[in-house]
Amino acid sequence: MSDKILQIENLTVSFDGFKAIKNLNFSLDPGELRVIIGPNGAGKTTFLDTITGKTQPTIGRVIFKGRDLRGLKEYQIARMGIGRKFQTPRVYLNLTPRENLELSCNRRKNIIGAVFGKPTTAERRTVGGLLETIGLTHKADIQAALLSHGEKQRLEIGMLVAQSPDLLLVDEPVAGLTDEETEKVGDLLMALAESHSIIVIEHDMEFVRQIARQVTVLCEGTVLCEGTMDEVQNDPRVIEVYLGHQDEDEAA
Amino acid sequence: MDITATKPGFDWRKRRFLLIEGAIVLAIILLLIFVIPPFLVSIGQAFRVNLLGRYLALAIVALGIDIIWGYTGILSLGHGLFFALGGYALAMYLQLQPDGQLPDFFSLYGVESLPIFWQPFSSLPFTIFAAIIIPTVVAAVLGYLVFRNRIRGVYFAILTQAALIVFFNFFNGQQKLINGTNGLKTDTATIFGQTVGSSTVQWSFYMLTVVLLAVAYALCRWLTSGRLGRLLIAIRDDEPRVRFTGYDPTAFKVLVFAASAGLAGMSGALYTVQSGIITPKAMDIAFSIEMVIWVAVGGRASLIGAILGTLIVNFAKSFLSEKFPEVWLFFQGALFLIVVTVLPGGLVGWVRSQGLDYSRTLLRGKQRVTTYPSLEEDPDVEYERQDLTNRKSDG
Amino acid sequence: MLSGLLDGIFSGISIGSVLLLAALGLAIVFGLMGVINMAHGEIMMLGAYTTFVVQNVFKGFGGVWFDLYIFFALIAAFIVTALFGLVLERGVIRYLYGRPLETLLATWGVSLILQQFVRSVSWVLVIGIVLFCLLFFGALKFLSRRPDFDRIRNWVITIMLPLSAAIAIVTGIVIGQTYKLAATKPWFGAQNVDVTAPRWLRGGLPVGDFQLSYARIFIIVLTITCVVAVYLFLNRSAWGLRIRSVTQNRSMSACLGIPTQKVDALTFALGSGLAGIAGCAVSLLGSVGPNTGQNYIVDTFMVVVVGGVGKLVGSIVAAMVIGTATYLVGSGTLANLLEPVKPLADFFTFFATTSMAKVMVFALIVVFLQFRPAGLFPQKGRTVDA
Repeated sequence: MSDKILQIENLTVSFDGFKAIKNLNFSLDPGELRVIIGPNGAGKTTFLDTITGKTQPTIGRVIFKGRDLRGLKEYQIARMGIGRKFQTPRVYLNLTPRENLELSCNRRKNIIGAVFGKPTTAERRTVGGLLETIGLTHKADIQAALLSHGEKQRLEIGMLVAQSPDLLLVDEPVAGLTDEETEKVGDLLMALAESHSIIVIEHDMEFVRQIARQVTVLCEGTVLCEGTMDEVQNDPRVIEVYLGHQDEDEAA
Repeated sequence: MDITATKPGFDWRKRRFLLIEGAIVLAIILLLIFVIPPFLVSIGQAFRVNLLGRYLALAIVALGIDIIWGYTGILSLGHGLFFALGGYALAMYLQLQPDGQLPDFFSLYGVESLPIFWQPFSSLPFTIFAAIIIPTVVAAVLGYLVFRNRIRGVYFAILTQAALIVFFNFFNGQQKLINGTNGLKTDTATIFGQTVGSSTVQWSFYMLTVVLLAVAYALCRWLTSGRLGRLLIAIRDDEPRVRFTGYDPTAFKVLVFAASAGLAGMSGALYTVQSGIITPKAMDIAFSIEMVIWVAVGGRASLIGAILGTLIVNFAKSFLSEKFPEVWLFFQGALFLIVVTVLPGGLVGWVRSQGLDYSRTLLRGKQRVTTYPSLEEDPDVEYERQDLTNRKSDG
Repeated sequence: MLSGLLDGIFSGISIGSVLLLAALGLAIVFGLMGVINMAHGEIMMLGAYTTFVVQNVFKGFGGVWFDLYIFFALIAAFIVTALFGLVLERGVIRYLYGRPLETLLATWGVSLILQQFVRSVSWVLVIGIVLFCLLFFGALKFLSRRPDFDRIRNWVITIMLPLSAAIAIVTGIVIGQTYKLAATKPWFGAQNVDVTAPRWLRGGLPVGDFQLSYARIFIIVLTITCVVAVYLFLNRSAWGLRIRSVTQNRSMSACLGIPTQKVDALTFALGSGLAGIAGCAVSLLGSVGPNTGQNYIVDTFMVVVVGGVGKLVGSIVAAMVIGTATYLVGSGTLANLLEPVKPLADFFTFFATTSMAKVMVFALIVVFLQFRPAGLFPQKGRTVDA
């Protein structure tokens, strides 16, 4: 069973009785790029929260590389190799992009490593390479607060990669970006998919079409269907949750 | 750009900066020891040397507050606690001098034998160790219990204040253990066969303070530069992000909080011997918040600012409360309001951001164009420019 | 034994209700607006001094009027402190929303100014301040009609600030010289002042072998009234609805046409007014001084922290528990009750003073926060990110 990198069994998460996720089963192969779509309130963000340890599952298990994640703290899960990108770009605004990347890139994240450690040559080279990949080489040494929205998005993705995780969780990477920037981010993700397993949450269907191989539709906390983009788009249930019945289309 | 090629040059520049900085610090130390005191004595203000010594001791606790508040974004309103713990530790040692006899005040309360926790304080090495380690440990425990539950921001500030009040009550109420409200006097005690209040001893403590301030500065400088410093700023900017990157912010916050408490302990010990007494008043709520305002006036996230702010505010305090005792609280209140609303970066922040431009305006009446980042520093412009020259050279 | 326990519970509840009354305003300001108001204690003190003034005025009327002064004092204290809160919010706090740590420091500054103000307030000081405000803000108001005001603003401030201050100070000195002590004598001075309770609040209701003091019963009733009034205001009135909606989502409320600035000012004024009422109540329990506020601030914050932010019921329970626990431990009642169990009794005897009881209660609070970091009744629901 453990040739899957991520396996979620029978997951239920409830907040004071409200079930954000109900009996969800999910699995991801190593090296797969999976897009998760779903209407608002489908539990997409809670899904990521549960994988990264921000929320604990009420029932069920999350298994990453054959290990149950229950009870582990966020930072422990991150060290095991799961990187997460948030909906809005979250970088350290008062540090430069280079410093941002160096912090993520550092392999020794305990106290000793942070107090006495110095960036190794290999790490410096990785950071340099990453800056080039995300196109921020010429802005490497100004405060990140001065970057544009799109640049911050790319920097954050760069920070994820610097962490060199096995599994990347990306939450709406192109929200609020121009078409051109969207395409850049899409290319970046496709390039990353060569060497990482990735889960992307997205609303932008154009973008999903650009990158998706396999799509999972979440609705009301459970998996509605899975398949390629075309299969999913033609599934009557998906059409129903997105467009609603004729007579109750405002109900959602 | 070739990263590996620029790196060695970068390092070399950094080293030169460090050397210059070291030289400046050394110069200031020499100035503080050999120039300012004789000058003050010559104009008949010898007692100001003692004041300066006290304020320099306070600057050490300001450094401690700066590393947690300025860099890490943790506001502690309870540093008076750690300050007092350090002060009490040293005062207890001095009370036991010269030969470990029972301090006088005990007889007032009918205590006949030395309480157990006093006994180790008859040894000087232990006392020095304890003056720094006890506050550190108390802070580490308190910090761990609070940070572990992700209590931060104002909640943390309030809890530190409550802890302060608790210790204040404890020290105030325990006459039989540490002389309650009256505190412990140090100036009549003897150390190495001399009275602590005597000018020779005071002079050595003054020099010790200057040197230890420099050491504390170096320590904070080392903590805040390099990887840890950047991590602290990262925690201030976005703690959850740090967590999802694989660092455990709790550990780092506990570390830096404890370090800052250690500095406060050192500061308390040095202040106590120069002021001659330590009482529970050092754990007054007001005093601890005052420490924060020293840092705020000087400039947050700037170590120099913390030291400068401490000296400026305290000399202003001693001046105003000598001349117009009623005005001091008004002035201090106004200081809080002004620093927070008009000068959020403090003096150093103001000088950094506007001071240069401002003085230029005054001198030449013309202001530099300020697009931010100013046009000549904008990396995009720089990049385009390079691109253009490259293309020219290509074609 | 039983009466001892009963006494303990009554005293605990009465301490708790003072705490609750004091914390109520804080809970509104902190819970709804996220503003830490370190000057809350000093606003209470302002309310207490207002009570003192009202009492002196009514003393002149004598007779029945003096018996009823406390009700007028409550109203006066509420109005004075609410107005002060309004000025504070408009003048300082509104510039600091979203920066809680800065607000904390700024309000601390305000509290220092207030402490010194009640110590040294005299006719000269009041005249000086009024004159300064008239000159400075009058000039600003007058000049702001000019079209090029934005350009000259900084100059106006640089000139008018020292100028008005100088005029005010000189006038003050002149008045002081002319009228001597009549104008310069502080109204209250640095000493504590005493508020005499009306006759019907002195003494107490004898129950068994101890007394339920009328003043304390009055405070308990007052607290209940205030809690009910606040509850009704927040949950039944139109402005209450607006306040709650702004609390939940500020920008959405603004989009829907709710005047958020007015709501902020109103909320803050309400919180301050409640502090004023608390101050009035506190003045019945003992003398009032410039440091009165300081004694309450930490305790009331603990109530809010333990109760959980944004829930009235949390504050109520927390205040009662903290009040009762402090009293039971501090008065030695618990130590007496545990007499049979020797080590426990010794342990509690060690903490059987008011200040040591606080030590123990704080330790308990820290332990409690290990299990419920968000307080007794945390705000529930999903939060985005963070």
